[in-house]
Amino acid sequence: MESVERTFQLHVPSSTENLSMIRDFVGGIGQRAGFSDSDVAKLELAVDEACANVIEHAYGSDSTHEVTVKARLDAESVQIDIVDTGCGFDPKQVEQVNLEQLISKRKTGGLGMRLIQSLMDEVHYQIVPGQKNELRMVKRLKKKNSS
Amino acid sequence: MPNTFSLARSQEGGVSVLTLSGYLDAYTAPQFEKAIQEEYDSGRIRIVVDCAGLTYISSAGLGVFMSFIEDVREAGGDIKICSVVPTVYEVFEILGFPELFEIVPARADAMQKFGRASGQEA
Repeated sequence: MESVERTFQLHVPSSTENLSMIRDFVGGIGQRAGFSDSDVAKLELAVDEACANVIEHAYGSDSTHEVTVKARLDAESVQIDIVDTGCGFDPKQVEQVNLEQLISKRKTGGLGMRLIQSLMDEVHYQIVPGQKNELRMVKRLKKKNSS
Repeated sequence: MPNTFSLARSQEGGVSVLTLSGYLDAYTAPQFEKAIQEEYDSGRIRIVVDCAGLTYISSAGLGVFMSFIEDVREAGGDIKICSVVPTVYEVFEILGFPELFEIVPARADAMQKFGRASGQEA
């Protein structure tokens, strides 16, 4: 059985205009890994959310920075690392309020993080504000014959 | 590039219909936000968002619905969502939208619900 680990990287300017390019990149990775169309879509959305957070919050919508998306795929999973050098955030501070409470407060924050947690199998953070922030997400390939 | 998004606006029997197509993400959501803001500012608070052509939505798009719904309802209106394709509906579901928004199969259903709400049943 071949079990070669492959890595890919994409560097783009920190503008939301580039989210479609990021989705295309990640979608291609998911297809290579053998994910179903549904799981490819989930991977694209999770990475879109993570990169949009970096662009809008870590970099304050300043498009002169760079977002790095690293992908590593092997026979069982795809691991995506989103790397930035922006202001970072404390994941524990992301409010865990429900949707109804957010609406009544006219707030929408934290939705992206909630989606990422739902769409991916593993999510880890390494935050060093102003130096290097890394969000690692893993999605495992579902075995076609397993129930 | 597949990041295209378009929004069409029409008036049908006192209801504003916003028809979304393509990709609604953090780049394109401001267009949607501007359109809903203009409807609200003009006092048009009976709004149907037709998602038949919407193939992708991220939290930036979902946030637009969330940031207006309370004000629109407090003013006596509503934002009803219709014709959502399964991949987009799945995202609505993850965040619990179906419990808080009226999401109906077709535009006609949404129009009918507005008709009923204002006692204009045929």
